[in-house]
Amino acid sequence: MRNRRNQRRLSNRVFMEIAEKVIPPRTHYLNATYGVKSWLLTTDHKRIALLYLASVTFFFFLGGLFAVGIRLELLTPKGDIVQAETYNRMFTMHGVVMIFFFLIPAIPAVLGNFLVPLMIGAKDLAFPKINLLSWYIYTLGAAFTVVAIILGGVDTGWTFYTPYSSTYSNGNVVLTGVGAFITGFSSILTGLNFIVTIHTMRAPGLTWFRLPLFIWSHYATSLIMILGTPVIAVTLLLLALERIVHIGIFDPALGGDPVLFQHLFWFYSHPAVYIMVLPAMGVISELVANMTRKNIFGYKFVAFASLAIAVFGFLVWGHHLFVSTQSVYAGMMFSILSYAVAVPSAVKVFNWTATLYKGSISYNTPMLYAFGFIGFFIIGGMTGLFLAALGVDVHVHDTYFVVAHFHYIMVGGTIMGYLGGMHYWWPKITGRMYPEAWARFAALVIFVGFNLTFFPQFLLGYMGMPRRYYAYPEEFQVLNVMSSAGASILGIGYLIPMIYFIWSMRYGPHASANPWGAFGLEWKTSSPPPTLNFEKTPVVTWEAYEFTPRDEMVVVSVRDVLDETLRPRPVGSE
Amino acid sequence: MADTHTTTHAGLAHHFDDMEQQREAGTLGMWAFLVTEVMFFGGLFLAYILYRSRAPVEFAVASNSLNVTMGFINTLVLICSSLTMALAVYYSQVGKRNLIVLFLLLTMALGLTFLVIKGFEYHEKYVEHHIPVRFATYEFKWEGHAGAGGHEAASLPVDNGKVEMFFWLYFAMTGVHALHMIIGLGILATLVLMARRGRFTPDYHSPVELSGLYWHFVDIVWIFLFPLLYLVGAHLH
Repeated sequence: MRNRRNQRRLSNRVFMEIAEKVIPPRTHYLNATYGVKSWLLTTDHKRIALLYLASVTFFFFLGGLFAVGIRLELLTPKGDIVQAETYNRMFTMHGVVMIFFFLIPAIPAVLGNFLVPLMIGAKDLAFPKINLLSWYIYTLGAAFTVVAIILGGVDTGWTFYTPYSSTYSNGNVVLTGVGAFITGFSSILTGLNFIVTIHTMRAPGLTWFRLPLFIWSHYATSLIMILGTPVIAVTLLLLALERIVHIGIFDPALGGDPVLFQHLFWFYSHPAVYIMVLPAMGVISELVANMTRKNIFGYKFVAFASLAIAVFGFLVWGHHLFVSTQSVYAGMMFSILSYAVAVPSAVKVFNWTATLYKGSISYNTPMLYAFGFIGFFIIGGMTGLFLAALGVDVHVHDTYFVVAHFHYIMVGGTIMGYLGGMHYWWPKITGRMYPEAWARFAALVIFVGFNLTFFPQFLLGYMGMPRRYYAYPEEFQVLNVMSSAGASILGIGYLIPMIYFIWSMRYGPHASANPWGAFGLEWKTSSPPPTLNFEKTPVVTWEAYEFTPRDEMVVVSVRDVLDETLRPRPVGSE
Repeated sequence: MADTHTTTHAGLAHHFDDMEQQREAGTLGMWAFLVTEVMFFGGLFLAYILYRSRAPVEFAVASNSLNVTMGFINTLVLICSSLTMALAVYYSQVGKRNLIVLFLLLTMALGLTFLVIKGFEYHEKYVEHHIPVRFATYEFKWEGHAGAGGHEAASLPVDNGKVEMFFWLYFAMTGVHALHMIIGLGILATLVLMARRGRFTPDYHSPVELSGLYWHFVDIVWIFLFPLLYLVGAHLH
């Protein structure tokens, strides 16, 4: 076994030495042009994806810093490290940064930007300049928010509820609100670009039901982006006016209604949860299909489930207002509709699981993240049903139960999908493989750290610990210490991929065009792809995920063939 | 005009296969953008519905103080501008360069007329202290409105706070609409320059067509704003 591995390493090196002499360096999107200008003025969707990757990674770690502050404060029952006011600002900035600047753009703007044209066989997105513009808008919004943070941040909670944000706040509500307002337009432009691209630029033969499920889920996400985001834009605009000139639209003293803000806010922000999780579901569909080498069980159901989630997602915002003067009748309607969202979500989970049956499963890093996603999503989703139940919600409303629930969806769901996707497409993006052993180790660390951080919070919330307080009764300390310990493990788990991804860009083994033997157009071009993605426009004559035993033999990269010929042993001995 | 072959047209961006695909993408993109605009205005309309349902009398009385004549003229002006815009699109399809420029300029003139009239209306509201802000030098005041023969409107008991809410919605909605008009004028000015250089041919006129869609949309928003803001109090005479 060991001998064979050494042999393989040797042959790799021999191969690389020969390859470097024989094969001239290939021109691809990364080395086509050089210089800062060629990146900042690029209209290549792949380069813009990398610009976004740099930005969202920065904000992920910035938001993580605030989380460190929160977990440190909650290590002890007394409020001792920071003041209550500072604590309010920390959890607000954690939420604002993570949601508006990481979770919403993470998968669509990075992986979606990179992959949507590749997966449908197009040269670029429909509006490349608008795509670049969206990154600049994002950056402008981010700048506002960073300035607001430097000036002391906001203390309203990321939800900006009135009157915290209108009458009583002394933080930088307007600056932060403007930051979120501006960033919203970048997400509108991304969604618009995806919708038009998916409608008009599919390769010949690529019918709707031959599309990868990643595309379906991004289509559904884009619908939410263009329908929901303008509403939060106008809401934040009204909030800014309220702050600056006291229009009174949310102020009861002037005839306004603070609950209107909650309605408008959640009309966007609940669907926004699906902006975060739908793209991750798309990633998971790709991972599950390709790592089990089977078509997704019930492809059409999974595809339509994405659309159903997008549609139902718009009808459930009232479940955030069960205790905000909403009528019981409205509450019942919103409760039932919230249950309805569970149906398409469950369809997805069942179908992914059914796909595993008799699949040829590879337990590599992307698949580990997919397993993590499915498990976390089940826990997060089921506890979501607790919260959609009128009676239970009154008990656990605004407690750590809610915090744990949405972290299971956003961190356990979105970030698992994001990391799984990053590992899976890393060879396509950079042309290099990441170190598999380290990556599996990191996935395990994240899995353990995540559960240790957030599972105790379910218990805390059920026992009655409210969210957003910097001090708590002593009997809650054990669970809080567990949570803080888990957070440190989780933090290390996130740093490891950061390090080996950067390492692999220079030292990782070269990746073939299709290192996973995966299905999909993005694997039919070289790694990294040329600037225009394909040498010539592909013509699609196959169904989605049409794995056949024959393919198992055909899907061998040139690199593997050379490998085999350099190695003095019979083919198929593995 | 020299190069009319569709596949190698100068207006074809590198990432599209042909002009047809490019036109489809542009059109769908504009429609999708207009959907986002509908949702954006939708938030304001929702606020209007909510507060009007709570204060129907105040909304009627406050609305009664608006200048219906000016609003009506503006409605006519905008409808005419939609006609001239549609004609500009038509002439871009048949490739009459001078007529494109003429009708684009006419559309701009009508758009400007709208904004000027709107400006006079805002000024009137400013003089009457109906702009709902509170500054040291200027404050919102409502002392009942004796509109054109409006005894009935003046005699109704109203809550001044709710009247102020109407004016907030009036300024927010017409303000955002006017902002869209100004952006539209900028777009039209660009089109005029492009048209003068002969950029538009029967093969390539999407920019005119798509800007036309935008212009019509802004008109349609006004068609909704006019009755909601100006006419809900018109019966109080």
